[in-house]
Amino acid sequence: MTNYIIRRLLLVPVILFGVSVIIMGMLQLLGPIERSALYVKDFPKNDRQVDGIIKKYALDRPFHEQYWRWLTGVKDPVTGHREGGVLYGDFGYSRSASQPVIDIIRTRFPNTVELALWTVVPMLSIGIWLGIKAAVYQNTWVDQLARMFSIVGTSFPTFVFGLLVLILFYAKLGWFMPGKMSDWANQVVRSPQFVNYTKLLTIDSLLNGRFDIFWDALRHMILPILTLSYINWATYVRVMRSSMLETLRMDYVTTARAKGLTEGVVINQHARPNAMLPIVTMAGMSVVGLLGGVIITETVFNYPGIGKATADAAANLDVVTTIGMAIFSGFILIISNLIVDVMYAVIDPRVRLS
Amino acid sequence: MTEDKIIADQEVNRESMEAPSGDNFMLEEAHSDRKITRLERWLGPENYRILRGLVKTPASIIGFILVFIFLMVAIFAPVIIPPVGRDPYKMPRDGFSGEPKPMGAEWKRNKPEIPFWYKAVTGKDKWVHILGTAQGQYDIFYGIIWGTRTAFKTGFIVVVATVLIGVIVGSIAAYYGGLTDNIIMRFVDIFMTLPYIMMALILTSVLTPVLGKSILPPLIAMISFGWMGYARIIRSDILSIKERDFVLAAKVSGVKNSRILFKHILPNAIFPTLVLASLGIGDVVLSFAALSFLGIGTQEGYADWGQILSFARNWITSLDRYWYIVVWPGLTLVLFVMGWNLIGDAMRDVLDPRMRGKS
Repeated sequence: MTNYIIRRLLLVPVILFGVSVIIMGMLQLLGPIERSALYVKDFPKNDRQVDGIIKKYALDRPFHEQYWRWLTGVKDPVTGHREGGVLYGDFGYSRSASQPVIDIIRTRFPNTVELALWTVVPMLSIGIWLGIKAAVYQNTWVDQLARMFSIVGTSFPTFVFGLLVLILFYAKLGWFMPGKMSDWANQVVRSPQFVNYTKLLTIDSLLNGRFDIFWDALRHMILPILTLSYINWATYVRVMRSSMLETLRMDYVTTARAKGLTEGVVINQHARPNAMLPIVTMAGMSVVGLLGGVIITETVFNYPGIGKATADAAANLDVVTTIGMAIFSGFILIISNLIVDVMYAVIDPRVRLS
Repeated sequence: MTEDKIIADQEVNRESMEAPSGDNFMLEEAHSDRKITRLERWLGPENYRILRGLVKTPASIIGFILVFIFLMVAIFAPVIIPPVGRDPYKMPRDGFSGEPKPMGAEWKRNKPEIPFWYKAVTGKDKWVHILGTAQGQYDIFYGIIWGTRTAFKTGFIVVVATVLIGVIVGSIAAYYGGLTDNIIMRFVDIFMTLPYIMMALILTSVLTPVLGKSILPPLIAMISFGWMGYARIIRSDILSIKERDFVLAAKVSGVKNSRILFKHILPNAIFPTLVLASLGIGDVVLSFAALSFLGIGTQEGYADWGQILSFARNWITSLDRYWYIVVWPGLTLVLFVMGWNLIGDAMRDVLDPRMRGKS
């Protein structure tokens, strides 16, 4: 297994390099002047300034030089001050948000993490539960209903489903709202008495003992959680159902039944753990996808995560910000993919022992 | 890598199981009864089985009906609602006010001509906004009908282009194998790591200043990041075909590599990819609508479903009054995608290796 993990680790820089080359390569479609926006902090005062930047970052030079400068930045020979350089955390300056891209990521990423964490719970538990029910009651109305549910779910575009739940639960009933928190909650959170321990609002509010803020934050998150779960349930139900059906046909399940165990014990203790194996990989991939930013859901519900930031920047044709976001989420995706793969290797005896 | 091996193994097993060996009179008898139709002969038994499995379940038939209806709407769009102005894909605007008008409101400016069915169905002499107007007084009904054409157009272009790229890349990788295969497939892996919508979003926003705001940037973006799946499928199919005797025979008789690939292997391997690809239209239309919904891509007023939905974003607080901006284009999109998904679901069952050889 150590071998496997080492091989997997060695692949990470290769993929990161490939991803960054692809993303940077897309910039070659633009002219040097547009590319210079990557490094400009302010509106350029005159053409000479732009020329200086083009020269400094080799923007009119061949691709590999540009790529290197973009990666490492330029060190001022006199002051020793480094400018630019993705490796040093400088993703450029966002024109549309008027702040460095890294600051957008810093403030928005915790929100995306929070949404992902909250979504995992209902997504997994209900998806698995429904899939098992569909398999156990195969070809009955329960099964048909679950399959219908799944087909409709895969056909629903996120934004249509999102807008529909907004009509019902926000515009009509007024129970849950889009956004991140109410204005009054925002004032409390920004006050000095409120300590930000983790930057995750739901957890911080509990740690501060403010249950009203916790409830407010949850009310804002319920609709995106519902949307993301529903879209994913469809796949979970299908995979869990077929995996469970396969397991229920195994000899050891028949043996368990023949021993006289109750159906509940057979299903929950004998069949389910083995039927869950494909779900583990899928769950990992879902979490990875959620962390990479759920652009459409965040946009529909106006939820201030990195997905929304990316969409806003793209709608404003702010290439610098979108590129920065893409590099960042690519990085997150690759790292979390790695973690999932390693975890899977630890869980699955076939990989662990090979 | 292992996945392909498994598929290849299954292929081998299946053949060794199915091939009549020795004097199995029962098998011969069973076969002699069946009439082989001309279609079956032309497609070959495996491809014929795939085709037959597709039209068997009620779900897939509903899917075909849905897709057929949409196809008819797309073809007869000018009959259903005649185009207004020079560009038929531009939704006509009845004024410039921001607030959406309800369903059945009178259509004052930029009316289309009255088609023959209109009086009989609605019982009115003048055009009304059947499904209301969106922000900016774009007629929703017009947008949905002509948006069907946009949907098929984008779906078709993107699918054809991605399949072409996928088939070329995948077959080169599979046929030459070794280092070439390894390099190409790692390249495919890297492309697959990137989140699709995000990459399409970025490429569109990079291309828009270069090409102008039109349907072109999102199409190119979707093509650039959509071909990898096809490359993988065709590769694994070719890998299993490559081992067959007729390929060996062609090699022995000194046929050129490129000719073996394009004349002998590809025609035998491409059918599943083509069927899967034709079903990809649903996904393409969905992604295209998503991009328009996010506000990038087509110019304002272009008849596509995602754009009408994106107008709703500005009216979220009063969506209970303006629900028709969401519900009608949303329903259209859902039905369109569902049609393709229902066919695709049947497809998955037919193509599942465990199902092969049955019925």
